Amino acid sequence: MPVLSDELRERIRAEFPKYPDKRAVTLPALHIVHDAYREVTPAAMVEIAELLELHPSEVSDTMTFYQFFKEEGHALGKHRVWVCRSISCMLRGSEELLLKLSERTGVKPGHNSADGKFTLEFAECLGACEGAPCMLVDEDCHMNLDDESAAKLIEQL
Amino acid sequence: MPKFEPVLLARIHEPASAALAGYRTDGGYETFKKTLAMEPDAITALVKDAGLRGRGGAGFSAGLKWTFLPKNHPGPIYLCVNADESEPGTFNNRILMELDPHQLLEGIAITCHAIRSHTAYIYLRYEYGKCYRMLDAAIRECYAAGLLGKNIQGSGFDLDVYLHRGAGAYICGEETGLIESLEGKRAWPRIKPPFPAIEGLFRKPTIVNNVETLCCVKHILERGVDWFKSIGVPPAPNNPRDQGSFGPKLYCISGHVNQPGCVELPLGVTARELIDEHAGGVWKGRKAKAVVPGGISMGFLSADELDTPLDFAGPLKAGCLGLGTAAVVVVDDQTSMVDVLYNCCRFMSHESCGQCTPCREGTAWMTKILTRVRSGAGKLEDLDLLYEVAASMGIIPGTTICGLSDGAAWPVKNAIKKFRGEFEDYITSGRRSITPADELMAVH
Repeated sequence: MPVLSDELRERIRAEFPKYPDKRAVTLPALHIVHDAYREVTPAAMVEIAELLELHPSEVSDTMTFYQFFKEEGHALGKHRVWVCRSISCMLRGSEELLLKLSERTGVKPGHNSADGKFTLEFAECLGACEGAPCMLVDEDCHMNLDDESAAKLIEQL
Repeated sequence: MPKFEPVLLARIHEPASAALAGYRTDGGYETFKKTLAMEPDAITALVKDAGLRGRGGAGFSAGLKWTFLPKNHPGPIYLCVNADESEPGTFNNRILMELDPHQLLEGIAITCHAIRSHTAYIYLRYEYGKCYRMLDAAIRECYAAGLLGKNIQGSGFDLDVYLHRGAGAYICGEETGLIESLEGKRAWPRIKPPFPAIEGLFRKPTIVNNVETLCCVKHILERGVDWFKSIGVPPAPNNPRDQGSFGPKLYCISGHVNQPGCVELPLGVTARELIDEHAGGVWKGRKAKAVVPGGISMGFLSADELDTPLDFAGPLKAGCLGLGTAAVVVVDDQTSMVDVLYNCCRFMSHESCGQCTPCREGTAWMTKILTRVRSGAGKLEDLDLLYEVAASMGIIPGTTICGLSDGAAWPVKNAIKKFRGEFEDYITSGRRSITPADELMAVH
């Protein structure tokens, strides 16, 4: 029984015409699989490698370089919350914000909430420095946060 | 001085500024259509004559870079758009992509015609979700309107533009790291030469340009070389190597100011003018202690260097690495430079790709030494040690493949030189500034 669904395989194959070389589809394929399954297991890596005509170790080598992707046993929660800790946000209190958020939710950075609803992480510069401190919730960046507004965003997930 | 009228940011306050309809009402894509009738080399010559220097950090002449492509190459030739904006403090490209994506696409289209490329990849950092959505929609609009695809506007010119999302690695902003990443590998920068113009993406001739640089291309072709050169700072007459700093520039201002934001000004505005006139001054009535002139890898200006003009030459004269991304970060006089420097070192250590030993080990050790200092166990000798490590890593001492390492070393060198007294006081007073948040993040 394959790990990757037909639908995911189709989406990966749809990337092929954009590049002269299937290996270039490694990151797009990892994103597609990671988005759907919240982690990339060794079995999934083997199947991605088959589709891309690579050795599984080549997929693994690339994947593990980018700390973005979660390995087996470290699956993301339903939502991903990143608090920026780089200079502009740090100067405006983002580290305290992360600490408060962690205390309030009982979730340590790099871990999931008990109900699996979200993963809390810190991020390096999110590129929203004019709205420091900022936080990325899945694909949307929220700016000018304080303890209350940040906690509210998580409650609404 | 008359108020400068923004060009790159001219449209961002319009309603639906990202939509094709409004862009075309404002004359959008007319310049591209005009340039389709031009000889590609004539476009390159104009961009070179305008003195457009890359906005991504290195400040290399964009037109000159294009001339490095081999002549009469059978192709393919690729354009990679560097949209991996990750330098701390920098967000100008995000604003350009979110609010006026067609301006960038027109710049890409003109550039591809000039360099005889029929495929452009926009390498976009993953964290820019809104940029992805706006660009994706804009690209679709262009295909539907016959502005991208085969035989564009009956000219015989074909162009495909693809969006490629990164996965959270700062090193992908280095042009050969970006190329490796796009090819599906770890983003390890390549040894140069060969430079990408000779052998780049998929081993083919490749030009890598920053988002803001490509947006400038559109305006140079629309308004002319003289217009571009009427803005900014001409070369110093006594320095034959100075190429000048022409054109408008997006400055990002963040940190301890009242009104952080992105402003477009002629190159050469001083740090003081930016803070006082364009960012509402330092917050809480305080004074600036240090100012990052162009992203943390450029180092620091001290409080008595705030009249430094932020053109390509100014920060260098003040001992900084360069103008970088022109991202200005203000640190107020109540903040410890030890904590600020630690933040910079931690970032660089986290983002070092690990390929070159001096960078991988150097960034980690500088972070460890500063952790020791911040935990109250620092020694005065640590300052010389920090400086020694910083001085031995990077392209400038000749020990690494790429410039990330120089960018990791520079804030350390600047901080120890310009703020040594503060570091000494911190150590001798037995201060300790490690916080519970530091401990929380250290476990991860």
